Amino acid sequence: MSELVHPYHRFIRPTVTHSSFCPGCGDGTIAQSILRAIDGLDMDMDDFVFVSGIGCAAWIPSPLFNADVLHTTHGRPIAFAFGIKMGLTEKKVMVVSGDGDLVAIGGNHLIQNARRNIEMVVICSNNGIYGMTGGQAAPTTPMGVKTTTTPYGTFENVFEDISGLVIAAGASFVARWTTGHPRQLTASIKKAIQKKGFAFIEVISQCPVQFGRKMGVGNAVQMLEDYKNRSISIQEAKKLSKEELKGRIVVGELVDLDKPEMVEEVTRMRKKAMGGAEAAVDTGRS
Amino acid sequence: MDEKRVCTGRYFMMGNVACAEGAMAAGCEFAAGYPITPATEVANHLAEKLPQVGGAFFQMEDEISSIAAVIGASWAGKKAMTVTSGPGISLMLENIGFAIGVETPCVIVNVQRGAPSTGMPTIGIQGDMVQAKHGSHGDYEIIALCPSSPQEMFEHTVIAFNYAEKYRTPVFLLSDAFVGHMREEVVIPEADKIKTIYRKIPELGTDPLKLKGFLDENVAPMPIFGKGFKAHVTSSCHDEYGKRNLIDISALDKFVRKLSDKILKHKEEITLVERDYEGAEVVLVSYGGVSRAAAEAVLQARKKGIAAGTLRLITVWPFPGEEIEKMARKAKHVIVLENNLGQIYPYIKAEAAHFSEVSFLPPKLVGEIQDPEDILKKIEEISK
Repeated sequence: MSELVHPYHRFIRPTVTHSSFCPGCGDGTIAQSILRAIDGLDMDMDDFVFVSGIGCAAWIPSPLFNADVLHTTHGRPIAFAFGIKMGLTEKKVMVVSGDGDLVAIGGNHLIQNARRNIEMVVICSNNGIYGMTGGQAAPTTPMGVKTTTTPYGTFENVFEDISGLVIAAGASFVARWTTGHPRQLTASIKKAIQKKGFAFIEVISQCPVQFGRKMGVGNAVQMLEDYKNRSISIQEAKKLSKEELKGRIVVGELVDLDKPEMVEEVTRMRKKAMGGAEAAVDTGRS
Repeated sequence: MDEKRVCTGRYFMMGNVACAEGAMAAGCEFAAGYPITPATEVANHLAEKLPQVGGAFFQMEDEISSIAAVIGASWAGKKAMTVTSGPGISLMLENIGFAIGVETPCVIVNVQRGAPSTGMPTIGIQGDMVQAKHGSHGDYEIIALCPSSPQEMFEHTVIAFNYAEKYRTPVFLLSDAFVGHMREEVVIPEADKIKTIYRKIPELGTDPLKLKGFLDENVAPMPIFGKGFKAHVTSSCHDEYGKRNLIDISALDKFVRKLSDKILKHKEEITLVERDYEGAEVVLVSYGGVSRAAAEAVLQARKKGIAAGTLRLITVWPFPGEEIEKMARKAKHVIVLENNLGQIYPYIKAEAAHFSEVSFLPPKLVGEIQDPEDILKKIEEISK
């Protein structure tokens, strides 16, 4: 009998023998959705550069993916990815990180690069907690919940709509799914990879260890069932009032539009600079 | 180097503009920064010139993203730099440590200004000297050059790029508002007279599993992105293959030592000084713009028959302790001059005090380079 090999094993770094994710973590689903999308598009890992920050989700590409991977400092992967994309315009640059990394400490890089509409894919695993450091409250942790840094319950308003922030900032593609929607997620990642512009995908993802267990919302299966029950498509959501949508997770492709993309604009700017008359040397006198 | 990049000629040029021209001549392709006085002219000039040769300057949302983008561009294979002043460096420090940890060539220009904090933006001080060496967390070595004129703003920027590429490390150009805003004659040589270096990269097609791209004292070839090297680049403790290791203390020890040893092993070829202390009993040690005052004071002292001399540090980091010792063995008195409250003085004293008397002469007012007259008085006092 021949040895059974997972069809996506070829995408995994040969030196990797195990993942660092806790049992039941949603990041495995996200990892597989990314690989399914790449496979579905008949692309190769060498077509990509992956960039991640700090936190559990950052360990999806680093070290799992057998590709060029830059594992950066906390909150800054999009800023590093900016430089990589400008240097390797023909490559697909994909950032994979968590809500704490991309939205809390690194929020402004998310906003500004969505505004720039620079072509890259940003996948945000939103588990509503700081998992790696042991279950501290995040901006995405619901109000009133007890965490290790909020033993009397969180007393801050929750960041409810990360995708809405990215849409408002000007990204040309924004989708939100949960780990209970792996097929839809894969389809959206495919679109995101092909999008000429800033493509952001928020994935509501279960952390059964630091979130589910401690907050009494159950194990991975129960959390996934809860996501399924609370999810509502963007098309259906449009028919409901704000009150009626309370507690629901609006899923789907929220925005998909065409607008000027930064790498192309830079190319245009360079042409202008090269075509102009030879600039006199500026000696700094004004 | 590409002739389009080198504006050969004689100019009356501002130091900051000369720095940008130096970057062009050195082959800089990518620059990112955030507006800050007194460094803006470098960015402004790069924004105009880089696109003409296929590069670009990008204005980022802050200095954190500026250095991050520079590191990203460097891993994409580009020669990259950022330019800022003290407050910007303070924001960049975490990612400067990242650049050191994953051995990223890049140039960081710090046009120093009145500090601490927001200080006095248009006044030059040498206030960030130790920050460049110790600002980011952990043990590491850094290379830092201290230009004293617009001409050197040009030349040292070229050297900074060459050092960055040769040793796969961030290199500081520690200028200040005086040197950056100074206007003087700048002579830019012909393109073929300017030596430029590009980092070594592994042979294309190398098996990624056999590729040792990190932690070599003799500088590992850089497995830049986009070439099929499948580089795993993490600033967490890793081995020479780039593989993360967060459990083995001996791996951490190797990580820390190899990064430092890479610079220290090549210290002699990195170190640049100007020695003018043959037969001198009193030697002035200084760097950057202050060296100009030191040179003038020594000229006056010699006219009065005093055996005075100078030692000028062009590279302040890695600290050229051997040069200090060599000088101190011959001198009777060493006077350290800095435009600050004595940042490099303790390092110099540690090397020199065993052999000679060492004292520090601060400027009368911090932010004002020492008056050669005052230095002369001090020399006369000492040599009585």
